[in-house]
Amino acid sequence: MSLRITNGRIIDPANDLDQKADLFIDDDGLIAAIGKAPKGFAAELTIDASNLIVCPGIVDLQARVREPGLEYKATIESETLAAVSAGITTLVTPPDTNPVIDTPAMAQMIQQRAWRFGLAFIHPLGAMTRDLEGKQLSDMESLDEAGCVGVTNALNPIKDTLVLRRAMEYAASFDITVFLRAQDPWLNGGGCVHEGEVGTRLGLPGIPEAAETVAVARDLALIEQTGVRAHFCQLSTARAVAMIAEAQERGLPVTADVTAHHLHLSEHDIGYFNSECHVIPPLRSERDRDGLRKALQDGVISVVCSDHQPHESDAKLAPFIESEPGVSGLETLLPLTLRLVDDGLIDLTQAIAALTSEPADIIGVDTGNLSVGSTADICIFDPGVRWVLNTKDMVSRGHNSPFEGWEFKGKVTHTLVGGVLVYESSD
Amino acid sequence: MNQIDVDQTLNSLADKLRPLLENKPVMIGIHTGGAWVAQRLHDILAMDDAIGTLDISFYRDDFTRIGLNPQVKASDLPFDVDDRHIILVDDVLHTGRTIRAAMNEIFDYGRPASITLVVLICRDGRELPIQADVIGETVTLKPNQEIKLTGPDTLALEIQEVGA
Amino acid sequence: MTEDLQFGKDGRLHHFLSIEGLKRETIVEILDTAESFISVGEREIKKVPLLRGKTVVNLFFESSTRTRTTFEIAAKRLSADVINLNPSISSTKKGETVLDTIDNLEAMHTDLFVVRHANSGAAHLIANHLPPHVRLINAGDGRHSHPTQAMLDVFTIRQYKKEFSGLKVAIVGDILHSRVARSLIHALNILGVPDVRVVAPKTLLPTAVELLGVHPYHNMYEGLEDVDVVVMLRLQRERMEGALIPSEQEYFRVYGLTEEKLSVAKDDAIVMHPGPMNRGLEIDSAVADGPRAVILPQVTNGIAVRMAIMALIMGGNVARERKGKE
Repeated sequence: MSLRITNGRIIDPANDLDQKADLFIDDDGLIAAIGKAPKGFAAELTIDASNLIVCPGIVDLQARVREPGLEYKATIESETLAAVSAGITTLVTPPDTNPVIDTPAMAQMIQQRAWRFGLAFIHPLGAMTRDLEGKQLSDMESLDEAGCVGVTNALNPIKDTLVLRRAMEYAASFDITVFLRAQDPWLNGGGCVHEGEVGTRLGLPGIPEAAETVAVARDLALIEQTGVRAHFCQLSTARAVAMIAEAQERGLPVTADVTAHHLHLSEHDIGYFNSECHVIPPLRSERDRDGLRKALQDGVISVVCSDHQPHESDAKLAPFIESEPGVSGLETLLPLTLRLVDDGLIDLTQAIAALTSEPADIIGVDTGNLSVGSTADICIFDPGVRWVLNTKDMVSRGHNSPFEGWEFKGKVTHTLVGGVLVYESSD
Repeated sequence: MNQIDVDQTLNSLADKLRPLLENKPVMIGIHTGGAWVAQRLHDILAMDDAIGTLDISFYRDDFTRIGLNPQVKASDLPFDVDDRHIILVDDVLHTGRTIRAAMNEIFDYGRPASITLVVLICRDGRELPIQADVIGETVTLKPNQEIKLTGPDTLALEIQEVGA
Repeated sequence: MTEDLQFGKDGRLHHFLSIEGLKRETIVEILDTAESFISVGEREIKKVPLLRGKTVVNLFFESSTRTRTTFEIAAKRLSADVINLNPSISSTKKGETVLDTIDNLEAMHTDLFVVRHANSGAAHLIANHLPPHVRLINAGDGRHSHPTQAMLDVFTIRQYKKEFSGLKVAIVGDILHSRVARSLIHALNILGVPDVRVVAPKTLLPTAVELLGVHPYHNMYEGLEDVDVVVMLRLQRERMEGALIPSEQEYFRVYGLTEEKLSVAKDDAIVMHPGPMNRGLEIDSAVADGPRAVILPQVTNGIAVRMAIMALIMGGNVARERKGKE
């Protein structure tokens, strides 16, 4: 179906575009033109985007859809639906499902399941080692062929430095990006909050800053040695970010992302054991939060992701350390990022870039842009509408969010994937 | 009520109690006002055994409704209650609930031979079948009135209007 | 989970979860009330009828015969009916969840829960979940809080030292894992004790411990100098395995309380211990059995203090002066 989006403010950081114009999509679901209609173009559907912003569909660099293995928490169907309701058209999923994504067959299965529902795309990350055990390399090249956009060892970083070195070298041979979670397993072990003032007062075992910086230091040294392209996932300390900045200055091919919640919350939001604030890496000090915000501003961190982890309600209704960590973050990814613009930290273009062109660049997929000829993955949102988050009304199966009652400005009105209107808000 | 001379009433009470002394009784006063009255009587009668005092906070029947009084003092009975004759003293006998609580508490200490209830003032408004054996003065009050004994140095009686 | 679950709308204590958040007046009120319960324990009939007909459930997810027994005695002396339950801690995936256990018991008309759990925050989780007429006393949650122990500790200190205003108090041992220490530190600070010290190796002190309102010492002689009260904490033997301390011998040599170490404290300093003691590990038998140890009075005081706390939270609105007709 050919579409026309009229009168919208088009913001496309990939092409340096910020102007009021019409956008035309052809029958094949590709962007046909911006500005003037192509000759002979007849729109079968028109979307009036007056007073709305039209930008590329959001690329979420880390989201768990719980399939296969944890379907009682959520499914590909429920979460891709939640994604498009929040303007997210591409989800990058980690391989720590059950079974693990360490074979091409598993990689293809996930992508096909998502295609079946016709909502958001899923681009999986493949396992860096067999079964994520950290001992033997996985078939990285085959995984890459099968559609994986990178490899990672997810939440179990590789302990054996020799294995890690080999994994990086192997990935580098095929120009595969490694996605690294920097946490030292021994310093991390058993902790559930930032090791600091709040943890001491609440009597909860802490995860020290060193758990992240020790791992980052180790990983950076190996990245330099092996020449692999690396992306650091979900950093939480100001100190680690400083190390990344220094490495970038030296010309190392490293990028980094941060979760939307780490940009706004600190250890103090835990209050009296609020398990909605139980996340790994933990919410750290205000100094760390400010350091992460500054790093985004400076471009050391280029991407904001949701680290979406939907849970059933029982998972959070337990004493803090027994509760399962994670935030259901798809629906607050855009609102929290827009809040940074209101806070004066970054401008609107940079905010949208952090959600679209930058993550797309890191996974090497042609999305996150409104270039003529690209697939029409588009997010249209009303930047002025104010609304309050009621977690019980969330679209995702997981209602676990620390942002209950928060007032946000900006809400998605339409989402298109491959030129098809997959979401339209009812208001 | 300003006409009631407390000291005179105390002396008259002491006279009425004197015959009981041959049973070698012990005296127990109920906090706060009853203890003051008991102390005076104890002195006038020059009794041998030390005086006992009772705080009935733990035996009140309104705990669930109004909770515990933080100023609760310890009860102090420096004698064995078993088989003794007890002279129980309170300042004002009104509903009878305080005396009910006091007797329950005394029986938790032992089994007395007898209890004689002495009150300075006996007023109307009984809610339980409890009567005093020796009374200083009897008064009738309006429903919104309370009579209070002030002390401890000079004992005096006051009528107070309680809020609507 | 919002701030003070401990208080009802009337401003009175509804639950006893932690010392943090209590006003000085409330702590003193509990101490004064406990004072009157001491004499109840000294007479022939040690019961008063305050909680007659009420059901108290001791729900100990983490075993402790000693603490459970003192709560049981306290409740029985208030004439309550007491039920003891020891569910084994199970993860939320297998067996009954903590909240399901509570719901089932609450449906059997429990009036007061006394809960001990191995994980911090359990008491707050449960209190948040209870209907308004059911009360909760925290008998210890993980490393976070053991408020009734702190109350009996400060009651004992007041018994021997009368005033808090000029005291130096030293808490020695595994502060990192100790809910007793955390609660006691809060209580001492709220009561205005000017010099609260913790004595331990760095491995047994939590990060940023000074922010709790204490001065840390690694040298026990310095830490005990001129103190009025020494509180010894129990060292769990598993700490050796966590690479927190090297050996029992070294621990006793450096941090064990002996007559010699005690000599730098004030001559009339008292020695306390929450129990059970590891003789020869954190405390020498000579000191434990000596004249300055007040460990047994702590136990007796524990019953009166717990009676006071139960009575205060189970009562209605506390009258400032006697209400109701006499």
